[in-house]
Amino acid sequence: MEFGPHLLLAILEGAVQAAVLTLTAVGLSLVFGVMRVVNVAHGEFYMLGAVLAWCVTSTLGGHPAIGFVAALIIAPLMVGLIAAAADIFILKRLEYEPKNTIVATIGMLYVIQQVTLIAYGPEARPVQAPFNQRISLPWFEFGDAGFALTWPWGFGTTTYKLAVIVAAVVVLIGLWNLMARSRLGLIMRATQLDREMAQAFGMPVEKVNAMVFGLGAALAALAGVLIVPIQQAHYLMGAEPLLLSFIVVIIGGLGSLAGTVLAAVVIGLSDGVISVFFSPTLAKILSTLFVALILVFRPQGLFGKRDL
Amino acid sequence: MNLLSTKGLSRSFGGLRAVSEVDFDLPTGQVRALIGPNGAGKTTFVGMLCGRIAASSGRVIFNGQDVTAIPAHQRIAMGMAYTFQITSIFGRLSLHENVALAMRRRGDLSDAAVDEAVTDALRHVGLADRAGSMGGDLSYGHQRLLEIAVGVAQRPKLLILDEPTQGLTDGEIGEFNQLIRSMTGNTTILLIEHNMDVVMATADYITVLNFGQILAEGAPAEIRASAAVQAAYLGKA
Amino acid sequence: MSARSKTLALHVGVILALLLLHFVLPTYHHGNLARIMVLSVYAMGFNLVFGYTGLLSLGHALFFAAGMYGSGLTIAHLGFGAEAAFLAGVVSAFIISAIVGALALRTAGVALMIVTLMFAQAGWYTILYFGEYTRGDEGFVIQRPDRVFWGIDLSDASNRYLVALLLFAATLIITLKFVESRFGRVLVAIRENEERARMLGYDIFRYKLGAVILSGTISGLAGASYGLLFGYVGATFATVQYSILPLLWVLLGGAGTVLGPLVGTAFMTYLIDKSSEYTAAYMIVAGVVLVLLTLFARQGIMGEVRRRFLPWLP
Repeated sequence: MEFGPHLLLAILEGAVQAAVLTLTAVGLSLVFGVMRVVNVAHGEFYMLGAVLAWCVTSTLGGHPAIGFVAALIIAPLMVGLIAAAADIFILKRLEYEPKNTIVATIGMLYVIQQVTLIAYGPEARPVQAPFNQRISLPWFEFGDAGFALTWPWGFGTTTYKLAVIVAAVVVLIGLWNLMARSRLGLIMRATQLDREMAQAFGMPVEKVNAMVFGLGAALAALAGVLIVPIQQAHYLMGAEPLLLSFIVVIIGGLGSLAGTVLAAVVIGLSDGVISVFFSPTLAKILSTLFVALILVFRPQGLFGKRDL
Repeated sequence: MNLLSTKGLSRSFGGLRAVSEVDFDLPTGQVRALIGPNGAGKTTFVGMLCGRIAASSGRVIFNGQDVTAIPAHQRIAMGMAYTFQITSIFGRLSLHENVALAMRRRGDLSDAAVDEAVTDALRHVGLADRAGSMGGDLSYGHQRLLEIAVGVAQRPKLLILDEPTQGLTDGEIGEFNQLIRSMTGNTTILLIEHNMDVVMATADYITVLNFGQILAEGAPAEIRASAAVQAAYLGKA
Repeated sequence: MSARSKTLALHVGVILALLLLHFVLPTYHHGNLARIMVLSVYAMGFNLVFGYTGLLSLGHALFFAAGMYGSGLTIAHLGFGAEAAFLAGVVSAFIISAIVGALALRTAGVALMIVTLMFAQAGWYTILYFGEYTRGDEGFVIQRPDRVFWGIDLSDASNRYLVALLLFAATLIITLKFVESRFGRVLVAIRENEERARMLGYDIFRYKLGAVILSGTISGLAGASYGLLFGYVGATFATVQYSILPLLWVLLGGAGTVLGPLVGTAFMTYLIDKSSEYTAAYMIVAGVVLVLLTLFARQGIMGEVRRRFLPWLP
């Protein structure tokens, strides 16, 4: 394949990764913005989404679409509930003190990960996509006959991958509506801006915490369900999304959902593109250093309104 | 000879001008009270003096040196001491250690000398018998006294006390007044206070701040009689 | 008996007990304890920054690995002798902790945690990237002949134990002296009330940086020793797990106590060892212990001992 189509293919693949990363990162950003909690176990919620999707689809059997739709509902719901419980029984009791909370979430990371290892095993298992037609994409060139369309072999995508991108956009729009228009969203935004004032106004900040923590986890789990037909479900798959989500949230700026989305798109795309053309390890070295230096020299990130 | 001066010192927070073009002079050895209604900018002004808050514009001159760009810890090392408005001691460390930390920084005392000096300082404020207790175990009033002991232990040229008598009982306030009077001559003291009795009893000179600017300055009797100051406090200004 | 002499007696007693064990322990436990002592040095290094200064670093594996690879790579590729390699390891850790400290300490709290984590990740990825030299995840072995230090063959189990004990003892005594020194007390003051410490005239940044450099160098010393004593250098020691393990050991043993790191490292190592006999998911123990510690026993074992029984314990 020539360079042009190759690049475009990389971008398309990157877009799928970016879509999934956006959902995951938004979950992390929400939890940090409203609760001021850095959830190191966030990647494990993503992994749980993928693993539970496998469980649901392999239990239900039948046409892959049935199992998948069921998984889309059940997995985020279950993970959300687990997260809410963790908030009520652990994090709340720690009074959300920063150091203790981080240590507790590190503990949660290991517990979730290792329980999955025990129950699900160390293998990576695939889940079938609900639909998966190949779409060949055209490329253009200026030949003897003027402008002509060609169909380079291997240059294409699948309906499922496109659906993932669409799904992510839909969910984000829904989330935006929730935040901007609903009462719950109002309470969440108020708590994010000024927790004490929100409490003084009688807003149920405590209950909101459990809901927000659950919602953040559910978003990560949803991302896991969406990605699992493309990747496979494996008990260690939470580590990289965690790192990338951190990178996104910090660069995009804390307290800014728009910044998170923008950063996720940019980083997801560039990670995909760079991984195709250069070494992914080098990309990781550069991005982790970049994040560290941003935190040191420009803690509010690119669009953030507050520091960590 | 002025120990501390400011020239055109200002601080804005976004659109709010908390302190505006303040020229302030504090002669060596004086006890100066800084008063003014709530929100007048006293704490912001004092924050800029000791370096906790950066100035938006203007200069701070301490002991002949322009310290405007110098960080807080260095100003302290140059001879300022500051006690916090809301009591801020080391609650989980002993009284002895609280005072010792202040003294050790001076660098001129051996460990044995520090121990002796700590006992002296605690005795001066009447806390010597509780030297081993944790700071957090003390009553609020005693914590305040401990803070003052810590301030004095630093043998500062300038001691800045931010609302030192807030929360003290009348008896404790009386002790505080005595303590201040026993220190005059050796130490220059700048006192932010709301308690007018304390101000009248201890201050040589008073500066009144309102809306971030100096409203009036003068001896206690003058200020007490000033109609402008009364109006400011009563909200008629 | 004064607090001073009680303290000295206790710590010297611990060292003597460990020496005694050298003669009586069966082979498996003997080797285990040697490993525990070296890892305790790492934990003691971490404790300086976390327990005494109150800074949560999630990137100490970077310093440990700097020591390990600094010595390992110079032996494998530059033909250094064990002595020079050890020095190279310690110096590498010193330099890296100075650079990382100078940058990371411009942040605080959660930001500091993430910055240190990111630097450590960058270090791990760098080790993987230069796999041609570092052999990446697989790691490489330091051969027997290269592990002779001042004539002592470190591959011999008996020598290994005694050298590990020597390192442990030295670090224990240094830590003890340090926390009782003026510098150490300022670190505690910074931990307790940083703003107050600043307004007493202490240059907070310089003290924190000193703590990080000392901590990082000790961690690197542990890393270099580990490679030389046990003959293996691998990227695992640069992963997040090796940043979290000292946190776990110190929290369990008692953050801000001198003996806490040894207690925590020994306890956790045996607990994890036992668990790995039953399941591959032995790290679940680490997770559970971390959660329980934050909820119920933030002081750790020696911290509780100090609180309830021995208030003079440093």
